[in-house]
Amino acid sequence: MTDTQYDRAPGDASALPDVEQGTSSGVLVYTIGLALAVGLTAMSFWVANTSLLWAGGVSLGLTVLAIAQMGIHLVFFLHVTTGPDNTNNVMALAFGVLIVGLVVVGSLLIMADLNDNMMPAAELMNLQMQR
Amino acid sequence: MNIAVAVDDEVRHEAQPSASEAGPAAKRIVVGYGFWVFLLSDIVMFAAIFAAYAVLAHATAGGPSGMQLFNQRSVAIETGCLLASSYTCGMMSLAISSRRYAVTYLAALITFVLGAAFLVLEVREFAGMIAIGAGPQRSAFLSAFFALVGCHGLHVTAGLVWLAVMMAQVAIKDFRPTVERRLLCFSLFWHALDIVWVWLFTVVYLMGVLS
Repeated sequence: MTDTQYDRAPGDASALPDVEQGTSSGVLVYTIGLALAVGLTAMSFWVANTSLLWAGGVSLGLTVLAIAQMGIHLVFFLHVTTGPDNTNNVMALAFGVLIVGLVVVGSLLIMADLNDNMMPAAELMNLQMQR
Repeated sequence: MNIAVAVDDEVRHEAQPSASEAGPAAKRIVVGYGFWVFLLSDIVMFAAIFAAYAVLAHATAGGPSGMQLFNQRSVAIETGCLLASSYTCGMMSLAISSRRYAVTYLAALITFVLGAAFLVLEVREFAGMIAIGAGPQRSAFLSAFFALVGCHGLHVTAGLVWLAVMMAQVAIKDFRPTVERRLLCFSLFWHALDIVWVWLFTVVYLMGVLS
């Protein structure tokens, strides 16, 4: 087990099983992750309900908070890092994020464009796309 | 965690052969990577349902909108349940790697109870909405809502069944390598579900009550 371990399985905290990092540092990692995630969640709920912020920027702020929390989950819970033993996991993740971005942004762009171009006939489309 | 550990890792990697010279990876790594790819494809599927929801979010067809239907308090409690169960699932992985049976069972039990509490809250929310005539057949918005949130709920249900089966396997088969690999996959699955929920409560519930 000492010579040929190079890659790391996603979710594994340590690439080298023989290195005893001890459970306490593992607990610390999860606890930091939980504290950050709870903080970001609480902030999301506050941002959505407060009237202190400019209403137009709230949804952008919520998106940023969700991306940050996704990062916290990936690093502290799934142990996906930028280390050399994690390259395969990060490449797969990057591909997944690319596809997710294409699907979501593409759908929203195309449908928004479609709605704009259909505007004159909006009342005809009432049943399908009441806005 | 700190510089000392990082430097230590660096030295070890230099002493090792590079990935291509090291020969086939250990089975645990192959299994974990394969499951990671499955999870990413599952998330791509969720992205498609998310896109459908985002497109149809305003197509209420004169029916109730999200602002009227969503109860932020129950969403906050559901979020808390899922976050805490993700944490106890992490505690379970640590207990498994240090072979502590009692802690493993306890963490698995808490994870299960929190996941079940999440499901109960969600089913109650669904039942309440259907009772006031806001079922999935009411509007395109509600169809997309039930498809998206229901799909996540089904994943959580599958995760609970999986967890129960894994605990039975630990009890009967002990921590043999196959069982340990399945437990690794389960914890990946559970954490990934939490990531999906982060997007879900942001896009559906919090942005839903904005407009």
